[in-house]
Amino acid sequence: MAVETPTAATEAPRRGPRGPLRRPRLRRHGSETVAAWLFLLPSLVGFLVFTAGPVVAAGVISLLDWNLFSPPHFIGLDNFARLGPDTTFWSALGNTAYFTFVSVPLTLLVSLGLAVLLNQGLRRMAVFRSLLLLPYATITVAVAFVWVWLYIPHDGLINAVLGAFGIDGPAWLISDDWAMPALILMSVWKSFGFGMVIFLAGLQAIPQQLYEAARVDGASPWRTFRAVTLPLLSPSVFFTVITSIIGSFQVFDQALVMTDGGPGTSTTTLVMYIYRTGFQNYEQGYAAAQSMVLFAFIVVITAAQFLLQRRLVHYDL
Amino acid sequence: MTSDMPALAALRRSPVAARRLLVFTCFLVTAVTLTPIVMMVLVAFQSDAESMAARPSFWPGSWHPENIGRAFDLVPLGRYLLNTVFFAGGTALLETVTAALAAYAFARLRFRGRSVLFGVYLTTLMIPSQVTLIPQFILVAKAHGVDTWPGMILPHAFTALGVFLLRQFFLGVPRDYEEAARLDGANRWQTFIRVIVPLAVPAIATLAVFKFISQWNNLLWPLVISNSDSTRTAAVGLQVFQSTNGTQWNLLLMAAAITTVPLIVLFFLTQRWFVKGITMSGLGGR
Repeated sequence: MAVETPTAATEAPRRGPRGPLRRPRLRRHGSETVAAWLFLLPSLVGFLVFTAGPVVAAGVISLLDWNLFSPPHFIGLDNFARLGPDTTFWSALGNTAYFTFVSVPLTLLVSLGLAVLLNQGLRRMAVFRSLLLLPYATITVAVAFVWVWLYIPHDGLINAVLGAFGIDGPAWLISDDWAMPALILMSVWKSFGFGMVIFLAGLQAIPQQLYEAARVDGASPWRTFRAVTLPLLSPSVFFTVITSIIGSFQVFDQALVMTDGGPGTSTTTLVMYIYRTGFQNYEQGYAAAQSMVLFAFIVVITAAQFLLQRRLVHYDL
Repeated sequence: MTSDMPALAALRRSPVAARRLLVFTCFLVTAVTLTPIVMMVLVAFQSDAESMAARPSFWPGSWHPENIGRAFDLVPLGRYLLNTVFFAGGTALLETVTAALAAYAFARLRFRGRSVLFGVYLTTLMIPSQVTLIPQFILVAKAHGVDTWPGMILPHAFTALGVFLLRQFFLGVPRDYEEAARLDGANRWQTFIRVIVPLAVPAIATLAVFKFISQWNNLLWPLVISNSDSTRTAAVGLQVFQSTNGTQWNLLLMAAAITTVPLIVLFFLTQRWFVKGITMSGLGGR
């Protein structure tokens, strides 16, 4: 929307030919540089020490045998070699992928469906939007408790409702097969509000004339959605998919509270395994190596999406 | 396809019925969405026996407001809430102030290496916080920062997101205002404080609210770095509560409700900015 356009407008004059008007600016250049670095200083120091530095350090630590209490040893790629036969690691990776590839499309569908629903010109739209956004604004740990309660196997609320429809509900969190779907359902509930708000803003930015043109042409609602809404919404969809995938790869809170990774390792996620390795077994080097794998996955997936984006996303609004 | 379904065709012929169906769907979806939050509050007021019965009950048979006091007695929830305000507020304040200063430099001042440095900031946007978790912990531990406020707050107060969002906003502010202030003899600092900051209040508030709420929700970092009641946040406190009191459902959910309610109130008071924060970060994807 309006946010992007000023970039070109404000930077354009600078590239103009060096006329007499430019001279005073050049003389100020020295003081401008000093001022710039003074403005940057607080953020830059913190950023280098707490964000950029640790990123580099993570790479180095992954090559060390280090448990914090004894001096580190350089062991080359041994930590990465150790990942190969580590079945818990592979199971954590598989669980994280399962979680991501089911929860992201589901969340996307729910967000998009509700955004379209709320965009039908309802009078009390803002009220519904606030209420539907509520789960996104709650503490994951707190609402995870309620979901454990909702998932109580025999007469819990969810299975009671399923029972009313004649469905014999599964044992959810204590079942090897259903614990992960249970976490996914809870996570969709917790996070759909984020995408919904983004899609709603995207929908409201689509010019009404396009819909009128589609109506004049006699297009069906579904065809209008496919031909007008979806292409114009694709930048928002793209952004939401990327952030949801990155977020899903980091799933931790609900798994820790609701299942503690169980039953067995059926809901142990990558971040939970990193947490256990680094802070319960105190193997900082090995944990850093695992976090590098997490990082690599996120880079590959994001890169793949940026390649896909060229074909699927339309920015010409 | 879908449009040929008779029911839908009938709905399109009757706008009133369509509208009613629409409103009904909205109500239904909202009711289902809010059920977990409502149940949290209902079970919190049930008696011990009722909440722990083999067959869970939904509407409380009798109301027990004394559960509020009992939850506070079991764990220092008040202290945890205060700590959370400290943690989330401290991080949000520090991030907002430093990000606003840096964003102004990136948006308005020319200096050698500006685009390279901004590129470095942007690159870290994609890096998951778990990658920096181990190095940040080692750094804080070596600096004797475990279980201290600087150790809790500093590592998450300098993310690229804040700089990115505010720079985006500053770029949209017309230069004329600043030029006018400069002609009146204001220096860069005065221009920033008197012209830019007042104009950017909505964007700054957005960032602050967004950061506050996401830090209120942060579990992993406080779990790693705080190991006593003096810095323990609500999220970690609840996790401890669960491991010590198991499935004493009414008190567990009372504690959950007590830590959630302030956040819900804050959300309703600041949702204008919160919603904007989400859409602003969404626009960042463009």
